[in-house]
Formats: sequence, C-alpha cells, structure tokens
Amino acid sequence: MITREGMVEKRGVGHWFTHLGLIIGLLFIFFPIWLAFVASTVSQPEIVRPPMPLLPGDQFFENYRKALVSGVNAPVAWMMLNSLIMALGITIGKIVISLLSAFAIVYFKFPGRRLFFWLIFLTLMLPVEVRIVPTYEVVANFGMLNSYSGLIFPLIASATATFLFRQFFMTVPDELAEAARVDGARPMRFFWDILLPMSRTNIAALFVILFIYGWNQYLWPLLITTDPSMNTIVMGIKQMFPSGDDIADWPVIMATSILAMIPPVIVVISMQKLFIRGLVDSEK
Amino acid sequence: MFETPDLECRDISKSFDDFKAVKDVSFAVPPGTFFSILGPSGCGKTTLLRMIAGFQKPSSGDLLIKGRSVLDVPPNKRQVSMVFQHLALFPMMNIGANVGFGLRQRGVNRADIKRQVERVLDRVGLTGVADRPVDSLSGGQKQRVAIARCMVLEPDVLLLDEPLGALDLKLREHMKIELKQLQAEFNTTFVYITHDQSEALVMSDQIAVMNRGVFEQVGTAKELYYEPSTAFVAGFVGEANKFRARVQSLDAGVQMVTDQGQVLHGTAAGKALAKGDAVDVFVRPEAVRLSRDTALNGNAGQGRVENILFNGANSQLILRDQTTGAQMNVALPQTGEFRDLSVGDTVHFGWEPAQTRVYAGD
Repeated sequence: MITREGMVEKRGVGHWFTHLGLIIGLLFIFFPIWLAFVASTVSQPEIVRPPMPLLPGDQFFENYRKALVSGVNAPVAWMMLNSLIMALGITIGKIVISLLSAFAIVYFKFPGRRLFFWLIFLTLMLPVEVRIVPTYEVVANFGMLNSYSGLIFPLIASATATFLFRQFFMTVPDELAEAARVDGARPMRFFWDILLPMSRTNIAALFVILFIYGWNQYLWPLLITTDPSMNTIVMGIKQMFPSGDDIADWPVIMATSILAMIPPVIVVISMQKLFIRGLVDSEK
Repeated sequence: MFETPDLECRDISKSFDDFKAVKDVSFAVPPGTFFSILGPSGCGKTTLLRMIAGFQKPSSGDLLIKGRSVLDVPPNKRQVSMVFQHLALFPMMNIGANVGFGLRQRGVNRADIKRQVERVLDRVGLTGVADRPVDSLSGGQKQRVAIARCMVLEPDVLLLDEPLGALDLKLREHMKIELKQLQAEFNTTFVYITHDQSEALVMSDQIAVMNRGVFEQVGTAKELYYEPSTAFVAGFVGEANKFRARVQSLDAGVQMVTDQGQVLHGTAAGKALAKGDAVDVFVRPEAVRLSRDTALNGNAGQGRVENILFNGANSQLILRDQTTGAQMNVALPQTGEFRDLSVGDTVHFGWEPAQTRVYAGD
C-alpha cells in the first residue's frame, strides 16, 4: 500500500499553515452545527431574542424529550425509524441486486449480455429526479403510496454499485473461479464462499455511501408520503416549518436536526476502517 | 503396458476462428506416471491442458479418463484436479477451509472433512496448519497446500499448469524435487505443463515436446536429450550448437559442408536424407573436447576464445573457429585443466561424428 508519508512529514512553516487551513475549514463546517446544538438546548424565547446564544442552555433534556416523543407533526423517534427502515432497505437492496447483476455480467455468457450491460449503464443517465413522474405513477398504481415498499423499491436499482462490483470482480483472477469449478463448486457456491467474502471491504464502502444516500433522500419521500406517520426524518424537518403565521418551535426543530445527523455519523465511524480499505485497495 | 491409461487423448484438436492451437494430438498416460508437456509459450500446451480439465471443448477428437470418454462431462464432474499457475488459493479462507473446499462441495460431513484435511496436510508435510491463514505461508508451502487441496479429492489425474513459474530460482529447484517426491508418495498421474526444460527433465517419467500445436516427440528425458527425433527437439531440449549445412555424401554416415565451408561428419536422425539436402546440424556443448596443443580427431578445428561465461559447474566458452569464423559454445571441463584459459587464447576443439546429429532442414 502506498503511504503518504511525503505529505505528512512536511515540517516548519508549511506544516503550521496546513494545520491552520484545516482548523479554519473545520470551524466553517462545525460552527453551524454548534449553533444548531446550542439552539436545541435553550428555550424558544432565548432563540428569538437577539443576540443568539453561543453557549448551551439548560433545556437539553426537555427539548429532546419533546422532539422524540411528540415532535411537531409526528414523533421524531417514529420518523427516525421510518428513515432507518428506508435507508437500510435501499442500502441492502442495492448491494444485493448490484452484487448479483455484476456476478451475472462478469461470470456468465448469456444472450443479450451486452444489451443488459448497456441497459444498466443507461440508468445512470436517469436519476430519480428525471423519472420521478412516471415512477410516481407506477408506485401509485401499485398502491404503494405511504408504504415502506414505495419508499424503497424505486430507489434500489443502482448502476453505480453494479459497476463498482463489476470492476472488482474483473480483478479477481479467473483462476479462482476455475479452481472452484474443478473442485466441484456450482456457480452460486463460488459466489457465496469465495466472491462474497472477497468483496467484504467493497461492500462495506458501498454500505456507508448508500446508507447516507438513502438516509438523505428528500424529494421522493416528500412526494409519496402524505401520512405524517410515514414521514422520514430528513423531509420531516422541513415539514416542521410552519406554514403561514404559526411560530416555529426552533428548539425542537434544531433538536430534530441534531438527531437526524446521528445515525449516518454512527455508520461512518463504526465502518471507517473497512470503508477506507474498500476505497483504497482496489486489488488484492 | 496393458493397464487402462489414466488419461488418453485421441486425435484431439482445437481451433480458434482460423487458428489451430492444437492439431490432432494423441497420447496415453499410464497410471502413476509423471507426464510433462514441454513447449515454448504459445505452442498450445495450455489449451491442451484446459481441454483435459474441461474448460474448453475440443473441436474434434476424443478424451478419455480411465477409459471413459469425458467430452460431455463438465469440469466439476470430472475426476480431474488442477494446480493453477498462481495456485488460486482462496484468500479469505484459512488453510483447512481451502483444502476442505472440494469435500464440502461434495457434501462430506464435517468430521470426515476435518480428518481428511488433516491427513492430506500431514502427507504434504504441513501438520497442524489448518487454522492458519493462507498468507502466513511461504511460497513453497502454499504450493504444497495447493497440491493438498487437489489430492484430498483423490483425482484420477492431477493437472499442473506451470505451478513453479511464480517462485524464485532457489525455491524452484527445491520444489522440483519435492513435487517429484509428492507424486511418488500419492502415486497419482500428474500431467505437468511447463516451458522450462529443466523442470520437465528432472521430474518426468515421460515428456512430450510440443510445438505449434503438435507433439514433436514423446519419450523419457534421456531419449529427448540424447536422441531427439526432430530438429526442434534437438534445439529446444538442452543446449546445442547449430549449423546449417548441405549433404555431400551419405556413405559411412553423413558427410556435409556447413554454410561456412567446414566439412563435418555426422549421424542422420529423424527423416531420411538425400545427397544435396539442406540440413540442420546439432552438437551439444558438452560433446566438444578441448586441447591446448594437439589437434583432435573427428570434426575438429582450432578456435580463439572470445568469451568465458563463468557459471560454476556450468561454465561455457565461446570460441570462434579460426578457419571458418563459425561460433561454437563449448562446455568448460571442470577438471581444472582449463582454469587459466583467458580471452584471446587459441585452443583445439573437436567432437565425434556420433555426437553430431543431422536433421533435414526446411
């Protein structure tokens, strides 16, 4: 593996400037999050009255309890569960389908192999936003509005993940497939016993990326979930904003925002090692 | 030999589009034989091996294992196992799981797998490594694991596709001996393909020299070395000085004149010759005698030392014939007599007509 020592070993002024740059960049990103956190720990009047507080207040438990249990339209805990089911459904579905289709494309010769490959390729040019009207029509006709299957299935097909696995499978030496075959393994055995364990790091990397992709879905859930109990958290935050002259309950909204950030952070941190390995070693 | 051969090929051919990779090859390998197929890269030996394994279908001909045609048997059903060039050990499994992989596919129960895996690892000299990861082994040990993985299935024929190619020289020398011992230990038929003649010569009971899709000669290492039946085999197996010449007379051996004008006497090999034929003449470097002072008998000359390729016991001299200007490689005798020879010295050299093999040229 290539180490980046050359870049880390830089000493002297450049060294300090690098750190200064990183610290400033970090503050830029961190400051709004800090503000959101502070806002989630104070009471409504304190937020509205300028200047905005910069240190946490004493309403932390009260605000978070309120958000999780009652929320504005629906309890946040409920919306988080919806989001979790959708994100996991999309992630696992995408990975399973991509693995299988990449396996088929790389290891089998069947009529129309190139055609199917290009069809998958074509879907890259048609993201959800482009095909949203026909997709909505289809989902509505299947009666899948306000359901988990409606949230998950239209987002499952993934050309990107299929390509990633295809590229990876092509670096796996043919000898392995042949060795498994002479030893009497049938194709799916080879897939389960050899290919899948070898793809572990790639699967982890994709899991992280796709989980965040699924978690952050906004437009699609907004369209097909009209029932607040099916709202996902990312769109739910927007739904909390009052329409008209109502007063926005900022501490609860901010608490919800902070809560919405936690699961992706947990996924990234817990899979960090595998994730980086999956992105770095493209070959074994 | 009246036993049913473990492996038999009958007029087997394979064409890719308009290129014929293997042309009507026939051979039979008796049980327990170490059979090598030796040839330069691109000669069709890998294609032949892949047909035996079942990864490719012959265009014509028949293939029999233990007397039964296996043309319609897929690779996973053939009683054939294969050691691959890069071994193809499964990287995410430990050694025991690798060796037991084939048994698991056959639905053997866990306890039996464990016992058989341990026994076969024992036989290849790797006791108690079943739980270790594949990467913890050295190159030679991995080789043995790869063989154990095949042998645990008790195949009728074990195919080996240049498995020593990826090893360094020292280890390769060592593994040659070890492979031969393992073959004797298991008493299984090995079909070994290689482009390295010393691997083939050291290990094999029978060697087939393959060139451009056909078997040039099948025989023991000695036969191939001392009595090559074609010019290709004479040039490919072992080292040889090669001259082009034309036949002058065929009374009492072959008398011919080289392109450089030297008259040589030799022994005809392979196809019959006629007066005036163009011929290729081969002389092994170790067949040439050297002398400092006296002219030698037979095919002889006097040459200037152009270069000394010192390589211990395999040292060679490059001589330039003073009358014809032809170049000769001569094995440097290790008796010490010529140790002080240096570049520019003049020596007499000569070799017997019986050691001069003459083949019809093209």
